[in-house]
Formats: sequence, C-alpha cells, structure tokens
Amino acid sequence: MEVAVFAVFALLALGSALVVVLHRNPIYSTMSLVVTLISIAVLFVLLGAPFLAALQVLVYTGAILVLFLFVLMLLNVGAGGRGPDRLGQKIGAVGASAAFGVVMLTLLWGRFHGFELSPLTEEIVALKPLAKQLMTTYLLPFEMVGLLLLAAVIAATALAKKPEVRLPREKT
Amino acid sequence: MQELRDILGPTLFYYAFSPAIKIAVVVFVGVLPLISYLVLAERKILGFIQVRTGPNRVGPWGLFQPIADIMKLLVKEDVIPNKAVKWAFVLAPCLVVGPAFVIFAVIPFGPSAAQTGGGLDYFITDVNIGVLFVVALATIGVYGIIIGGWSSNSKFSLLGGLRSAAQMISYEVPQGFSLVIPLLMAGTMSLQGIVGAQLEQGRWFLFAFFPFGLIAFMIYLIAGVAESNRNPFDLPEAESELVAGFHTEYTGMRFALFFLGEYANMIVISAVAVTLFLGGWARPFPNVEALSFLDASFLPAGLVGVLWFSLKLSVFLFVYIWFRGTFPRYRFDQLMDLGWKWLIPLSLVTLFAVGLWKVLLL
Repeated sequence: MEVAVFAVFALLALGSALVVVLHRNPIYSTMSLVVTLISIAVLFVLLGAPFLAALQVLVYTGAILVLFLFVLMLLNVGAGGRGPDRLGQKIGAVGASAAFGVVMLTLLWGRFHGFELSPLTEEIVALKPLAKQLMTTYLLPFEMVGLLLLAAVIAATALAKKPEVRLPREKT
Repeated sequence: MQELRDILGPTLFYYAFSPAIKIAVVVFVGVLPLISYLVLAERKILGFIQVRTGPNRVGPWGLFQPIADIMKLLVKEDVIPNKAVKWAFVLAPCLVVGPAFVIFAVIPFGPSAAQTGGGLDYFITDVNIGVLFVVALATIGVYGIIIGGWSSNSKFSLLGGLRSAAQMISYEVPQGFSLVIPLLMAGTMSLQGIVGAQLEQGRWFLFAFFPFGLIAFMIYLIAGVAESNRNPFDLPEAESELVAGFHTEYTGMRFALFFLGEYANMIVISAVAVTLFLGGWARPFPNVEALSFLDASFLPAGLVGVLWFSLKLSVFLFVYIWFRGTFPRYRFDQLMDLGWKWLIPLSLVTLFAVGLWKVLLL
C-alpha cells in the first residue's frame, strides 16, 4: 500500500515538475507547480512528517503560489505565452540541473559504498524534536533566515512605495 | 463494537468503518441536510430582519423549500462559456467543495469512546496536527475561486477571483495568529486534545487569560467571516459592482457547488471556533457540580456531547446570518486596512502577551 502511494505521488511530482518547466503558458506552469508541491507533501506524510506536510501545503501552495497566480492573472501574461528561450537561459538550466544530478548521484553512490547518510526518521521530523532542534542546535541559521525575510519584506515595501508627487505650487 | 467486529471479520469491519466511509456518512447525513436547511434558515431570518415573511409557499412554513431549490438547480441547463478553459472551469467548483468536506474528518463532534467508557467515537479521526491540517486544507479552497474566476474568461469573474485571492491571503495571517493562542493555552494541536484541555482546566479558552482569549476569539471570528467570503466581506461576489464575481458564468449544479462550498466553509469555521474557544462538545462550566443536570445523564454521554456541539455551532451560524442582515459591505481599501493595519498587529500583540503570561506566571 505504502509503495503504491509512493509510486503514484512520486510519478505525479516528477511529471508535474516537467510540465512546470516545459509548458509555454506560465499560468499552467504555476498550476502544475501546485500539484508538484502537494505530491511532495504526501511524500512527507509517508516519511512520518505530517507536520512538514501541513506546513508545506499551508505556506507554499496556500500562500506563495496563490500570490504567483494572482500576479500572473493580474498582468494577464498567460494570453500570449512565453517567448522563445534564449541560448544562455538554456545553457544555464541544463548546467544547473546537471550539477544537481551529479550531487544526487554521488550521494546515492556513497549510500551503496558504506557512506552513512542520516535518513529523515520520525524522531527528527516529528513536531517536538523538530521544534527543539530549531530552537537549540539550529538557532543561528533559523534567526538568520528570519532576519533575511524581514529585510526582504522591508525592501519590498520600500520598492513598492510610490514616490511622493510634488504638486507645483500655485502662484498667488 | 467488538461483537460487530467478530461477526463481520476484521477486513470487512475495517472497510465498513474506515475514515472515508465515515466522512461520506457525516457529509451526506449531517452536513448536506444541515446546509440545505441553513439556506432556508438564512432566508427566513433575513426575512424577519427586513420585516417580510421569507419563503412560505412550499410545504408548511416553507419547510420543503430547500428540496424544491435542489431540484431546480439539478435540472437547470449547464452552460460552459465558449471561450472558457474547459477543464479548469469544471475543476474549480470541486476544488472549493472537496477540501471543505475533508476538514470534517478532524472535527470532534463529540467525546471519544475512551472518554464515555465504550461505544462509538463521535469523531472521524484525531490527528496530532489537527489545527494545522484544518488551516492547510482551508487554504486550498482559494484555488477553486481563483481558477474559477480565471477560467471563465470574463472580466467580472477575473476581478472577483483576484479580489478573493488578495482577501483570503490577507486574512489568513491574523486567523493563523489567533489560532495559535488557544494552542498555547492547551499545549497541543490535536482538536480533541484541545477540548480535553478545556475540560481539564474547567474553562472555555474564550475566557482564559482574560481578556486575551476574548480578543483572539474576536480576531478569529472577523477573519473567519472574511475567509468564507460572507457579508460584510463578500467583495469577491459583490453583486452591485461585479454582477456575481467569480461565479458569474456558472449555472445550475456547478453554481450550486460553489454555493455549497461557501456554506460548508461557514460550518467548518464555526466548528473550529466552537472547538478552540467554546469548549467543543463539553457542556458550559464543565467543572461546576451544580450544573451537572446539563449533562442530561438519561441520554448516552456521546449524544449529549454532539447535542451541545450542535447548539454552539448553530449560535455561530446564526451570527453569520445576523451579520449579513445587519452590516453594509466594506470598501476594498477599508477591507485591506482592517486586515493589515488592525487585525495583524493586534493578533501579534495578543500572541506575545499570552506567551509572556505563560512564561512568567505559570
């Protein structure tokens, strides 16, 4: 049963991720990204981390992607579709995914040759141990990410703020 | 239960009582009739508020009106606009209704078998991330509205969908913060566990940490009304400016599904409010001995729990309708002001105060 669920949602995640990259219409890309993230949330549940799964759905699909869709629909980008890809873009995409693939394959290779990986077990990803680790072992990175997000929010507010319009003074 | 298991054998027993079937039973026996009569109650109460009679032709006092409405919606022609994105147009209503119904899986309608000493569990399942599960699923409902608005290929629908997206994202934040406050008071995220904590502490979380429990409850109520797109926050479907907003192009049963989703969301939000702030299925003042006649011990304990739960739930549903009959609609900038400039800072301050209180005094 578990294997079947894993197979279905892993394939769904991969397939929809491909659609995200390959589809010409950004609205469809965003919608398949929603499917990808929800399938990954299901995989989290299978790993025994329902907390991470709920947060994934809440934060990514529930908030961030809604904003993506919001902006795309507001600007109506979907109508014409994306223009042709530039060469640099293509090279960059292939290069980045190749690098990521190499890292993953190395890890997999190491797994079969005696290199110990620490898998995500329930003792690590359950609610209480996760909270404890975030507040003790990983406190510094946690706070730094928080600071980074705060800086981003302030920057976004500053960018979005309309410049003050000065009306020409009327002559009396 | 055990005898039943022996008769049916474990496999059949599992399928007969598996969560999916329990959800189906709760939805078809409990929620759908509740929604259809909630619509009637709404029309009657609005009629009373506006000094008119409301529907009174079908059956005695108009009691069969919902059945007539359902028949009408089922046999109406189903129109899909020519230039609509068909699969998305069809998918959107399901995205609104589905998650709202799934949430009923974690709502504790009554006590567990262990609490009443045998018998049935009066809830479908109890997950230890209950509150997060509810909030996460509720956010998926937004997609139904946005996709419905976009796929209709109509200006009114698109504007309604966009408004809804902006509104729901803004009000999710104060709603989330106000939900954290009862979690802090209870020390657990399981909805059944939160009711248990209120029983144990002998108080509703509405009155705990006075006045912060009360403030959190008010923030949740306002944000909840906004999340379910109801008056006075029904800008996504404001009929005086957007025809009908995101469901302008929908007809017949597909329109009815949107309608159903809205009412299911109302019930979900009310049920969560009852569970988190009003003691769930517990009777009022559960620690006062003098009131123990409220437990109605001649009835099975589980049933009494369900009864109290329904009573509290109906108060909330009445408040929803009351709001609709009383308040004028907000303007969009007022809506955003209320969310971002008042509710979010207020909920942050309340959260901080409750946390401080808990650390310093307990």
